[in-house]
Amino acid sequence: MSEFADVAIGVWTLRWRRFRRHRTGMASLFILGVLVAFVLAAFPLQYFMGIDPDVTDLFARFDPPSAQHLLGMDEAGRDVLIRLMIGGQISLLVGVLATLVGGIIGVLVGVAAGYFGGRLDGVLMRFTDGMIALPLLPLLIVLGAIDLTKLGFSSDFAHSGAAGFWRIVVIISIVDWTAIARLVRAATLQIRERDYVRAARASGGSALYMMGTHILPNIATPIIVSFTLTVGRVILFESVLSFLGFGVVPPTPSWGNMLNNAQELVTTAPALAVYPGLLIFVTVIAVNFLGDGLQHAFDPRSERTP
Amino acid sequence: MGRFILRRSLQALLVLLVMSFVIYNLIGLMPGDPLDVMIASNPGATPEVVARLRAIYGLDQPILYRYAHWLWAAVQCDLGFSRTHSQPVLEVLAPALWVTCKLMLISFVISVILSLMLGISAALKPGGIVDGLVSLGAFAGISVPVFWLALMMILIFAVKLHWLPASGISNVGDGSFRDHFVHLIMPVATLALANTGGFTRFVRASMIETLRMDHVRTARAKGNSEGRVVLVHALRNAMIPVVTVMALSFGTLFSGALLTETMFAQPGMGKMIYDSILSNDFNLALSGLLFATLVTLASNLMADLAYGWLDPRITL
Amino acid sequence: MSELLGIDDVSVHFPAAGGRVVRAVEQVSLSIAAGETLALVGESGSGKSTLGFAVAGLQAPTSGGLRFEGVPLTASTWPAARRKIQIVFQDPFGALDPRMPISSIIAEPLLIQRIGTAESRRARAAELVAQVGLPRDALNRYPHEFSGGQRQRIAIARALSPAPRLIVADEPLSALDVSIQSQVLNLMKEVQETHALSYLFISHDLAVVNHLVDRVAVLYLGRLVEVADRAALFAAPAHHYTRALLDAVPRIGRRRARHGGTIKGEMPSPLNPPSGCVFHTRCPRAEALCGAEVPVLRALSDVQSVACHFPLGSE
Ligand SMILES: Nc1ncnc2c1ncn2[C@@H]1O[C@H](COP(=O)(O)OP(=O)(O)O)[C@@H](O)[C@H]1O
Ligand SMILES: [Mg+2]
Repeated sequence: MSEFADVAIGVWTLRWRRFRRHRTGMASLFILGVLVAFVLAAFPLQYFMGIDPDVTDLFARFDPPSAQHLLGMDEAGRDVLIRLMIGGQISLLVGVLATLVGGIIGVLVGVAAGYFGGRLDGVLMRFTDGMIALPLLPLLIVLGAIDLTKLGFSSDFAHSGAAGFWRIVVIISIVDWTAIARLVRAATLQIRERDYVRAARASGGSALYMMGTHILPNIATPIIVSFTLTVGRVILFESVLSFLGFGVVPPTPSWGNMLNNAQELVTTAPALAVYPGLLIFVTVIAVNFLGDGLQHAFDPRSERTP
Repeated sequence: MGRFILRRSLQALLVLLVMSFVIYNLIGLMPGDPLDVMIASNPGATPEVVARLRAIYGLDQPILYRYAHWLWAAVQCDLGFSRTHSQPVLEVLAPALWVTCKLMLISFVISVILSLMLGISAALKPGGIVDGLVSLGAFAGISVPVFWLALMMILIFAVKLHWLPASGISNVGDGSFRDHFVHLIMPVATLALANTGGFTRFVRASMIETLRMDHVRTARAKGNSEGRVVLVHALRNAMIPVVTVMALSFGTLFSGALLTETMFAQPGMGKMIYDSILSNDFNLALSGLLFATLVTLASNLMADLAYGWLDPRITL
Repeated sequence: MSELLGIDDVSVHFPAAGGRVVRAVEQVSLSIAAGETLALVGESGSGKSTLGFAVAGLQAPTSGGLRFEGVPLTASTWPAARRKIQIVFQDPFGALDPRMPISSIIAEPLLIQRIGTAESRRARAAELVAQVGLPRDALNRYPHEFSGGQRQRIAIARALSPAPRLIVADEPLSALDVSIQSQVLNLMKEVQETHALSYLFISHDLAVVNHLVDRVAVLYLGRLVEVADRAALFAAPAHHYTRALLDAVPRIGRRRARHGGTIKGEMPSPLNPPSGCVFHTRCPRAEALCGAEVPVLRALSDVQSVACHFPLGSE
C-alpha cells in the first residue's frame, strides 16, 4: 500500500484538519490523553514509591492527604490516589473491550441484515427492536446477579476478580449492540445498491468478499463515531453496575465500586464520594465530545459546532 | 389504522412472551433457589425432606414445564407470592407502581419543558454563545452518572446545607402534602436533569433542521414575526421526531428511575426490582421486570401512533 | 453467425406492496451473435436495465432462461460464465469503489475469479489502463481524482480485464457530456474489434445507437415490440412505437416527418399493464382488437420482426 500513501493521507489529513478546528473535540482528545496518563501512573507509583493499592491499614482510616498519600486514605486505610488510578484502568478497559465485543456483534448483525435482506433482515431487526425496547439496567442487573456456578463454572473462578471483570464485559456487550446494528444495517442498505457492488456481484464475488472489500470500508466512518459514543455509555453502565454490586467486585477497584460505600460515608468522608464520580463524569463527557468532533470531521456537510 | 394497532400490539405481545421466557430462565440462574430460606431455617431437614419439598414445589420438573406452569397462572393474574414481603406479588407491585409513576411523570414533564426551552433557544443561533452553553450542558447531562448526581445532591442539599431530606417519601407520622413534596424534590430533580440532556440535543437538532426547511422560510418571508415562525411553524414539524424519541426513551427513563429510587430510598418499582434481586425474591423480580418491559413496549407503541398522528404524510 | 447469448422467454417480476406484481420484463426472447452489438431501446422504465441485469447474472429471471455459448445458464454453469459476461453502468460516479485504487478496481474481476497471480493481475491492469487511454500513473490513484469520462474508461477497463465475450452496457453514455460521449463511444468500438466482443447496448436514445449497433430491439412496458437490423429499422420501422421513438430523434439532413403525430401521454404503470397490446392506450392506430388480443412477435422479413396487429407499411 505504500505507493498509494499520498492519496490515503489526503483523506485523513483533511479529516484531521477539520477535527482540529473542532474546539471541544480537541479539548476532549487532550483530556483523554491526560486521563490515560493518569491511570498509567499507577505503575510507577506502585513499583517505585512502594504504594500498594490493596494493603489495608486500620490505623490510617480516613487519613487526610499527606506527602506520601496525596489524596489521603479510604475507609480501609488504603491509598485513595492509586486506587483511583487502578480503578480507572479497569473502567477504561471495560469501556473499550465491551464496546469492541458489542460493536463486533452489532456490525455483524447489521451487515448481515442489510446485505442479505429478506427474511433474515426481518428476523434480525425484530430481534433488535425487541432488545431496544427493553429497560436495560434491570436486565443488566439480572445478568450481573447470575450465579456462574449454575452455568458450570468452577466455584473458584466464579468468585475471582477475573470473573467479575469478564462478566461485566460480556453482559454489557450482549445488551448494548443494538444501536450499532441498526446504524450499520441502514448504511449497508445504501452501499449494497451501489453499482460497484453490483459489478463485483456480476463477477461472482461472494457475500463475504462483498462485505469485507466494499461494504465495511465504505461504512467505516459512522461505525467509528458510533463506537466512540458507545465507549461513553459503556463506562456509565460499568460504573452503575459496579456501584450496585453487580459488576467489578472488590478488592479489585473500579470507579464504580469505589463509590460502593461512599453513600454511607458521605457524611464522614465526602471526598471519597466526589473523586471517582468526577473522574467518570469527565471521562464520559470527553468521550462524547470526541465522538461529536469525529462526526464533524468525517462528515463534510456537518454544521459548524463550537 | 385499527389493523396497524392490532398488528403492533400482537408483535409487542410476542416480544413480551419471549422476554418472559428469557427472564424466567435468567432468574433461575440467580444464586440460591426458592427453598433455600425454608431449608436454612430448618437445620434438621434431611436430604429426603428437601427432595420431597422440591417435588411439592415442582422444582424437580424441567424448566420448560415450570415456565408453562408459571405462564398459565400469570395469564390468570396469579403472579405468585413475594417471599420477602409475605404478600401476593400484585399487592406489592401496585403501590410501588404509583410511586414510580409519580416520579417519572413529574420529572418527564419537567425535562420536556426544560429541553424545549433550551433546545429552541440554542437552535435559533447555531454556533452562538447560547448554543455553546446549552450544548455543553446537554453533553454534561448525558455524561453524568445518575447515581453520582444523586449522591452529590445528597451531599450538598442534605448533608451540607440541611435543606432537604436525603431519603424516603415522607417523615414518619407526617403525611402532609408539604412533607411529601419536600421529599420528592431531589429525586425528581435528579431524574429530570439526567433526561434533559438527551432531550435537549434532539430538540436542538430537530429545530435546526426544520428552521432550514422551505415552508418555514416562506412563513418568514411572508412577514410573520420571528416568534410566530419559530413557535407555530417550525415547532410543529420539529416535534415529530422529538415526540418519537421522547416516547422511545421510556426504557432509559425507567433505568434512571431505578437508580433514583434506590439512591433516595423511594419505595417504587425500580427499587423493588433491585431489592428483590438482591434478596432472591424470584416471583417479585420476575413480575417486576416483565411489568417494566410491558410498559416500555406500550410506550413504544404509543410513540408510533403519535408519530402517525403528528405527521400527516404517514398513513397507518 | 453463431449465437453467443440466447434469451428464452424471460420474464422478471418484482413483488410490490399489497401483494401486487411489477411486470418489469415480460416474455422476452432475443439472441446476440458473437461479435454483434444488439441495442436495447425504450423509454425509461420499460425494463431495459432489468433485462440487462438478468443477462449479467444480477437478477434471476422469474421464468424463462438464458443460454450462453450454447449452454443453458444454471446455478452450476453461471460461475464459469460470469468472467465472460461483464457489465458497465450508467453512472460513472457510483460505479467505482471510492476506497480502492484504480489498479485494484480494474483487476477486481480477476481477483474474484482467482485468475492469475497478484503480479499478473497488476500487469493486466497496467495494460488495460493504457488501452482505454488513461495515463499509467492513474493506476495508483483513487476514483475521486477522475472526471466522469475518465471513470467510464476505468469501468470499461474493469469490464475488459477478465477477457469477456459479452459486455452489457447499461446506458454508458447518458451521464456524460456530449463532447465526451463520442470519445467513449469510439473507445467502445475500438475495444470491440481488438477484443472480439459482443455488446448488449442499452439506451433510451436511438440517435446514439445508430453509430454503433448491428441490430435494435425495442422494449415497451417490459415487452419486446420490435427487433430488426439497424438499417431496416431506421429505414422502415414496423411498430408504431418505434416510429414515435424515431420521430423524436433530431437528425441532420433529414426532414422531420410526422406520421400521425408523436405518441401522447405517459407510459402506463407496469403494476397493471393495459390488456391486449400494451401499447394500445397510446397508439394512433389502435382498434378494438388491440385492446383484446396480445399480438405475437412475427417475422416480417429475415431481418425484421414486430409484435403488432397493424404494423406500419403493411397497408
Ligand atoms: N428491484 C426492483 N423492485 C421493484 N421494481 C423494480 C425493481 N427494479 C426495477 N423495477 C421496476 O421495473 C420497471 C423497469 O425498470 P428498469 O428495468 O430500471 O427500466 P429502464 O432501465 O428501462 O428505465 C420499472 O417500473 C421499475 O420501477
Ligand atoms: Mg435503466
